[in-house]
Parts: sequence; C-alpha cells; structure tokens
Amino acid sequence: MALKTNISACLLAALVLPMASFAAPRDDLLAQYAAAAKAATPAFSSFSAARGEKLHFTKFAGRKQETPACTSCHADNPRSAGRTPAGKVVEAVAVSVTPARYTDPSKVEKWFKRNCNDVLGRECTPLEKGDWLTYVISQ
Amino acid sequence: MNIPYRPVALGLTALLFSGILLQRAQAGGGHFFAPVSDPLVREECGSCHLAFAPSMLPANSWKRMMGDLNNHFGADASVAPPAAEQITRYLVENAADTGGQRYGGRLMRGVSIENPPLRITELPKWVREHRELSANDWKSRDVKTKANCAACHTDAERGYYDE
Repeated sequence: MALKTNISACLLAALVLPMASFAAPRDDLLAQYAAAAKAATPAFSSFSAARGEKLHFTKFAGRKQETPACTSCHADNPRSAGRTPAGKVVEAVAVSVTPARYTDPSKVEKWFKRNCNDVLGRECTPLEKGDWLTYVISQ
Repeated sequence: MNIPYRPVALGLTALLFSGILLQRAQAGGGHFFAPVSDPLVREECGSCHLAFAPSMLPANSWKRMMGDLNNHFGADASVAPPAAEQITRYLVENAADTGGQRYGGRLMRGVSIENPPLRITELPKWVREHRELSANDWKSRDVKTKANCAACHTDAERGYYDE
C-alpha cells in the first residue's frame, strides 16, 4: 500500500515538476516587467489578461502594412498556429497549447522588440509586455 | 571494310546524351543548393522564412544584409551581436562566390560581385527560371510572396528546387 502511494506520488511529481520548471522562468520575467512597470508608473498594481487580449487584437498603423496586428502572424485564435507572410508556421501563442513558450527570457525579449517595432512602430512598454504575457499564459 | 555509320552515330549520340544527363544529375541540374547546416543560422534565419541557402547570394550581399537587420526588407529582424557575428561568418564562408560556388556559381551569371542585389529574386537567373509564372500565381493564397519557395518547391527545406 505504502509502495503504491509512493509510486503515485512519484508519478504526480513527474507530471507536475516539468510544468513548474516551465512556469518559473515566466514568473521571473513577469516579476521583472512588473518592477519596470511600477518604476514607470507608481500607480501600477498588476497585469491584466483583458488588457493583453485587447492589445493582441488591436490593429495598428505601425511600420509594416502587411502586419497591422499581432494576429497578422499569430492567427485570430490564440490556441491555433499562425503563419508568417513568408509562409512559416508559428506555434500557437497560448501556453496551454505550447507549454515551453516564454521560458527563454532573451528569446521573449528578442521577439517583443522585433514584433512591437513592426506592428506598433515602437517598442512595447513593460506594462504592455506583462499584460500580453499574462493573457497568453491564461489561454 | 564497310563502317556502319548510322548505328555508330546513333550510339555516340546516345552516349553524349546520357553523359550530359549524368553531369546534370550530379550537379543537381543546377537546382540543388546545400541547405543551412548550422543550427543557430537555421533557427535565426528560418523563423520567419525558409532559411535560404548561403550559396544563393554572394558574400557581399550577406555582409550588407547582416549589417542592417533592424530594417530587413521593412521588418525588424535584429539579432544580438554574438549570434549575428556567427551567422554572418557562416553565410560569408558558404556564399555563392566563396565556399558555396559549386551550388550557386551559375546563379551568379550577370551579377555584380562588388555590388550584388540583396534579394535572391532579383538575380537574372532566378528571374529567367520563374518567367512563366503570372502575377496571379504569386498572389495566390498559398504563395503570397516570392520568398515562400516551399509553396511550390516542396523539397526546398532539403535544398532541392526542382520544378
């Protein structure tokens, strides 16, 4: 009986631990964005998935006409794969579908810089990054 | 002695023909461009578009392109400096006028090596090879841009660009 419990505990740990190891870098990243958002706006309290969702679907008159919104490459459904203008498949942004996403901070920063410049015509603020990340983690 | 000219001539013609075919097959008919082998280059250049073979452009094109990644044909494709240097080195070493000559040599006909274009689609041979396609072919839903080689060349990722 005790052995059985042990095995179940091990199995549970094996299932949960990898998720926890994926979540930790994302939490660190969110904490960094929160600190930066607070520094920029002392009234900042927390990130909002709703604001992130709005940002995700907003059409901007940014730099590239062919990619006016996040959804231009990332598909209208966050749980679906997207497609770049040159035909490459982009894995779904939703963490529930692509669990390893946003675990490499330098990769996250690289894509925020590129994509915000192309879509919004400027870099995103820490508030926008945190909101968007909160949105896709919730999906 | 009576030499049977006709059979000999026929035989020689057949031999010549298979020789040409064999040579073309060995050279991939000019339609093989060794794909990117460096994992970093494949990852960084292959996220938005096919990781184009370095032998499709001369070294000077790659140098100029890598020096202006913030404005990569209108998009921000910036890469952090250490990675960018490694990518540039790979592209320059395997370019059409350096290490990749046996694949890209023919593509360089009529191209100024000092001041080459940045777009593969502006090379005279590329234009000639695609002259039969209409504007509508390029605009079709599955193609969209001339950078989407794999829409028609289904084996492009592996380096084969046959018709």
